[in-house]
Amino acid sequence: MSILLAIVIGAAFGFTLDRIGATNPNYIGKMLNLTNLHLMKTILLAIGTGSILMFGGQMMGLVEVGHMSVKAAYIGVFIGGLLLGAGWAASGFCPGTGVCAAASGRKDGLAFIAGGLLGAATYMVTYPAWKSSGLLDSIAGGKVTIGAVPGSKFEGMTALPGDVVGIVLGLVFVVVAFVLPSSLNGSTPEAVPAE
Amino acid sequence: MVLNWKSGGLLLGFVFFLAVLLVKPIGVSTQFVILDGIIGDAVNSELVTKTDEGYTSTNAYLAKSKGKYAKSVSNPLNYSFIFVLAMMGGAFLSTMLKGGLSREERTMPALWRANFGNSAMKRYAVAFVGGFVVLYGARLAGGCTSGHMMSGMMQTALSGYIFAAGAFAAAIPVAILMFKKGA
Repeated sequence: MSILLAIVIGAAFGFTLDRIGATNPNYIGKMLNLTNLHLMKTILLAIGTGSILMFGGQMMGLVEVGHMSVKAAYIGVFIGGLLLGAGWAASGFCPGTGVCAAASGRKDGLAFIAGGLLGAATYMVTYPAWKSSGLLDSIAGGKVTIGAVPGSKFEGMTALPGDVVGIVLGLVFVVVAFVLPSSLNGSTPEAVPAE
Repeated sequence: MVLNWKSGGLLLGFVFFLAVLLVKPIGVSTQFVILDGIIGDAVNSELVTKTDEGYTSTNAYLAKSKGKYAKSVSNPLNYSFIFVLAMMGGAFLSTMLKGGLSREERTMPALWRANFGNSAMKRYAVAFVGGFVVLYGARLAGGCTSGHMMSGMMQTALSGYIFAAGAFAAAIPVAILMFKKGA
């Protein structure tokens, strides 16, 4: 059953990433150099939609709170984010969109995956050094959400009701998606590049 | 050619919701480690071993958290690994239904070509190095754009916000410096 779900949800995710343009490094590059924020608006709306549906579903008892999985906060999250961001901008791929881009026929996506496998292997070998550096030690409570989500095993940074906070923030993401201009450099984004 | 951000965003948000509703939040970058482990274990069968309590590894990273990665390496037919393979299938299907990519795009994106010329080797080299840095960073951070940024911020996880701040703080200047010409 879980394998069937992996196939159905995974395929839907890959299909959707391709249809919104996330597997196309042209859109990633133009989002990150701020000339065409169409994909950014898509992503913000998606986060907002997911958040509202999940927390709304939890409040109505339709969504299992135990399915939440919150990752720990530590200094390495920020450092790793910086590294990922630099490579993301240079290549136009992140891990999920890179494998999808390779599957869509992009040969540079295959080069990205090869580099990614080597990068992950290098991290596996250098992990003890990061561990002993203390940069992987939890900060601000580690696996925390902004509010305290009822029934969740993860603690809240604040005593605010976590499900309400989730819906409010979800709405904020939706509003930002709507008000964000299509371009931040003054020009109107040019037409979709040839595929 | 691409979905309007309103329908695309709703669809993507629904997929993330569906994953949490039925199984767990979406994540991808761990599977690079699992594939590395599978390759490593095929070359050296001592890498991952079964114990009385489960699985462990001579590699400290695979052995951490009571060997959960070592377990996935030993059982590749698990949810998260199949999920990534299915993602590739979904993206392939979507592209084929659109008629596939042009030969030019399959080699390198137009934006790259406009800024750095036609050398395929140059593009592949940067994609390779980019992949290295992205996955090294993702494993250091404990997740990537899917797991930390999308799934994390959707759950109001503090770590998701920290990750997104780092990722965009680096990505935007790099992209502005690299891609000055439009395509």
